[in-house]
Amino acid sequence: MSEEIKTDRAPVSQRAHKVSAGINGDALGAKVTVQIDGNEIKVPLGTTILEAANELGIRIPTLCNHADLCVAGVCRICVVEIEGSRTLQASCAYPITQPIKVKTHSQKVRQARRHILDLLLSKHYGECYACFRNNNCELQALAKEYGVDFFRFGHPSKPFYEVDRSSYSVIRDMNKCILCRRCVRTCIDLQEVGVLDVENRGYQSKVVTYMDKLLGSVVCINCGQCINRCPTGALRANDPTDEVWAAIDDPKKHVVIQTAPSPRAAIGECFGLEPGKALTFELNTALRQCGFDKVFDTNFSADLTIIEEGTELLLRLFKNLVKGDHSQPLPQFTSCSPGWVKYIEHFYPELLPHMSSAKSPQQMFGAVIKTYYAKKQGIDPKDIVTVALMPCSAKKFECNRPEMCDSGYKDIDYGLTTREMAQMISEAGIDLPNLPKSDFDDPFGTATGSGIIFGATGGVMEAAIRSVIELVCGIRIEKLFEHARVMPVRGFEGVRYAELALPQIGPVPDLLKGLVKDWEWIKGATLKVGVCHGTANAKKVLDDIKAGGQFSQCHFIEFMACPGGCLGGGGQPIPTSPEIRAARARAIYSEDESYQIRKSHENPAVVELYQKFLTDGPCGHISHKLLHTHYLSRGKYIA
Amino acid sequence: MLITERDQLRSEISQFVKKHGGDRSALIPALQYIQQKYTYISEFAMQAVADELDIHPVEVYGVVSFYSFLDCRPKGRFVIRLCRTISCEMQGKDRVARQLENDLGIKFGQTTPDGAFTLEYANCLGMCDQGPAMLVNDQIFSKVTPEKVHDILQGCRQVFGAHAMQRKEEHII
Repeated sequence: MSEEIKTDRAPVSQRAHKVSAGINGDALGAKVTVQIDGNEIKVPLGTTILEAANELGIRIPTLCNHADLCVAGVCRICVVEIEGSRTLQASCAYPITQPIKVKTHSQKVRQARRHILDLLLSKHYGECYACFRNNNCELQALAKEYGVDFFRFGHPSKPFYEVDRSSYSVIRDMNKCILCRRCVRTCIDLQEVGVLDVENRGYQSKVVTYMDKLLGSVVCINCGQCINRCPTGALRANDPTDEVWAAIDDPKKHVVIQTAPSPRAAIGECFGLEPGKALTFELNTALRQCGFDKVFDTNFSADLTIIEEGTELLLRLFKNLVKGDHSQPLPQFTSCSPGWVKYIEHFYPELLPHMSSAKSPQQMFGAVIKTYYAKKQGIDPKDIVTVALMPCSAKKFECNRPEMCDSGYKDIDYGLTTREMAQMISEAGIDLPNLPKSDFDDPFGTATGSGIIFGATGGVMEAAIRSVIELVCGIRIEKLFEHARVMPVRGFEGVRYAELALPQIGPVPDLLKGLVKDWEWIKGATLKVGVCHGTANAKKVLDDIKAGGQFSQCHFIEFMACPGGCLGGGGQPIPTSPEIRAARARAIYSEDESYQIRKSHENPAVVELYQKFLTDGPCGHISHKLLHTHYLSRGKYIA
Repeated sequence: MLITERDQLRSEISQFVKKHGGDRSALIPALQYIQQKYTYISEFAMQAVADELDIHPVEVYGVVSFYSFLDCRPKGRFVIRLCRTISCEMQGKDRVARQLENDLGIKFGQTTPDGAFTLEYANCLGMCDQGPAMLVNDQIFSKVTPEKVHDILQGCRQVFGAHAMQRKEEHII
C-alpha cells in the first residue's frame, strides 16, 4: 500500500537518507540496536530516529516531516539529544548507523523545542480565532503541548505581506507561513508542477512563486495538495460559503447541490469519525436541513461521463484502427480531473488531441440541470443556483472557465470543498453522524456503483471497462471478474498498466445503434489501458508516450491529478496520509458493492435522459453542445 | 533568417548546458555565465535555463535569489560592494560609505539614474587586515579612505565611455 515517493530530481541533499540494508536483511550488521529513553529496539540500518521512536510508541513532535514527502529537516522541532553528540540532532533526518542512546525529552531538548516554537510564533502573524485551521493546526497544537503561555521573542501585531487572492482556487497568506517547505516539496517532488520554492536566504527567506508573482498568473494547476499538507493556515481554498448561504436565504433562488463520492467518504473526519466511514445518506439529510432545495448525486453524471467517454473511445478506436484517421489519436486520455486538465494544457499542450472532449461530471451535471431539469420542473434557469460539493480545489477554477457556460448560464455557480461543507453543516448546528438517512432527489435518483468508484484512482477506468465489456461483448462483467471487481486497475501504485482481451463480440446495443453497424472490426482485440495518479506520475506516462514506449500502445489512460485520486483531493479534510487515503478508498469500494446497479449504462436515469433529452445519442449533436468541451494550449512560459 | 534575441539566448544556454553535462549540476555555471555576459539574469533566461535542465523556473529563481552575486534585475555597470563587517567597521567604514553616497548621490541598495553605479554592502571580503575593503565588480580595493573613493570612482567613469554603454544596451533581453 506504499505510494512511490518520487525523489529522482530532488537535489541529493534533499533526498531521504536511506542506507541499503543489503540483500540479506538478517545478516550481521544489517540491524542495529538503539536505545530511546531507556527502551531498546533493533532496527534496520538507516532507519531514522523518528521512525524508531514511532515503532516504540514514543511521540516526537514534528512540523516539516510528512509521510508523503522526502526528508527536509528544516523546522528542528523534532530535535533529540544523542549521548556523546555535542549538539542536538533532528530526529527526522538522522539515520541510525551505529548503536546510540537517545533522549527525547531531556531538559536541553524541551528548552530547545520551546525556543524554536517561540521563534516560529515571533514571525507568525494572525489570530487563531480568525483562522480556518483553528483547532486543526499543527503549530497551535504544539504551542498547547509545550505550554506556550507568553511570547518570549514577541508576536507580530501587523501583517508582513499582502494576502494573495488572485487564484480561483488557492489563497496564500504568507503571514502565517512557518517555512516548513512542505508545500515546496509537495509542488516539486509529489506533483512535479513546481510553483513554489524559497527565495533569498536566512532571515529573509520566503516561500514564493516564480519572481513572487501572483498565484493566478503562474502555472499552478490548482490541485490544492499544498493546502492538505500545510501545517498552518498559510494556504487555504477560496471559500464561497457566504455566497452559497446568500443564495439559500434568497427565496427566489432554487438552490440545488450535487455531491461527489469522495466528500461523502471523508466528511465524517471533520466530525471526529475515523477515516473510512461513508456518510452518503446522512449527508443528504444534512444538506436538506441546511436549506438546499434539491440534493443530487454527481454519480449520475459520472455514469453519463462513462457513456460519453466510452462512446468517444469506441469511435476513436474505429477511426484510428479501421479508417486510419489519426486526427484524434490514441491513446485517449480521461478529462475528469480539472487539475490534470490544466497540467496538460500547461506542460504538454502538444498532446491535447489525445484528451477526451467529454466534460467532467461536475460540469456535465451543471449543463443538464440548467437545461433538462429546468425545463422538466418549469423553473427559469436563471433562478437556479447550482452548487457542487467536491473533494477538489481545482473544481473552483473549472466552474469559472469561460467555456463552461453551455447551458446559456454559468453551468456551475459555486464549487464547495468537503471542508467548507463541514463548516456550513456545523454552522447550521447539525450533528451529521447521527442524522437519519435519506435518498437522493428525483429525477436523477441514486446512481450506480460505477459512479461511486470515480473517487478512487483507477475508478474511472474500472467503470469504463465494466460498461465497454458489457456493451461490446454482450456478456456480464461478473463472468470475467468476481463481483465486478476489476482488480488489475485497482491499487495505489503510481503507474499501472493492464491488458484485457475481449473474449467475444455481441450484438450492438440500442444506445449505440446510430454510431456503429457491428463489432466485427474489434473482434479478438486486446484492450490496453493505463492508470496513473499524481501529476508526477502523469509526467512519467506522458514522457513515455512521447518516447514511443509501452504507454503509447495503450488505448485508454486514466489520469488523476491528486495522489490517490479524488479521495486524496485538495479539498478533503486535513490531514492526509497514505493510510487515510487507503481507508477512504475502502469506504468507496465497499459502498460500490452495496449498490444494486453497478454499471453506468444500466442507470435508469441515464437511459431516460438519452430517450427524452439527448435524443441523438451519445456523442451526438446535443450532447456535443452540452456535455463536451475544448481545451486551451496554455504553455508553461510565465510572462 | 531572422533570429530573435530570445532564440539566440536560448541556443547559447542550450550549448553551454550540454557542455557541462546537461543535468542539474550545470545550474550554477550556467547562471554565472549569463550573469557575466549580460550583467543580470532575465526572467526569460531563468525559464530557458530551467527548460534545458528539466527543472522548474521557480527552482532557478530560488538559486538566483539565494546568491548575492547573481541578479535577476539589471544593476549598474559598476557594482560597488563595501565590506560592513566588524574589522572594516572599526577601520572607518562609515566615512567611506558617506563619501560614496555623497559622490554618487544615491543610498546603499540603489543604482545611479545613468545606470553606471550600484552601491551595496557586502559581508566579509577576507581583507580584515587591510580594511576598510571595497569590491568594484571583480576588483578589490583595500585600505580605502574617503580621498581614495574619489579616485576610484573617477577611474570607473573613464572606463565607462560610449563603448560600455553600448555593450549593455545591446544585450537587454
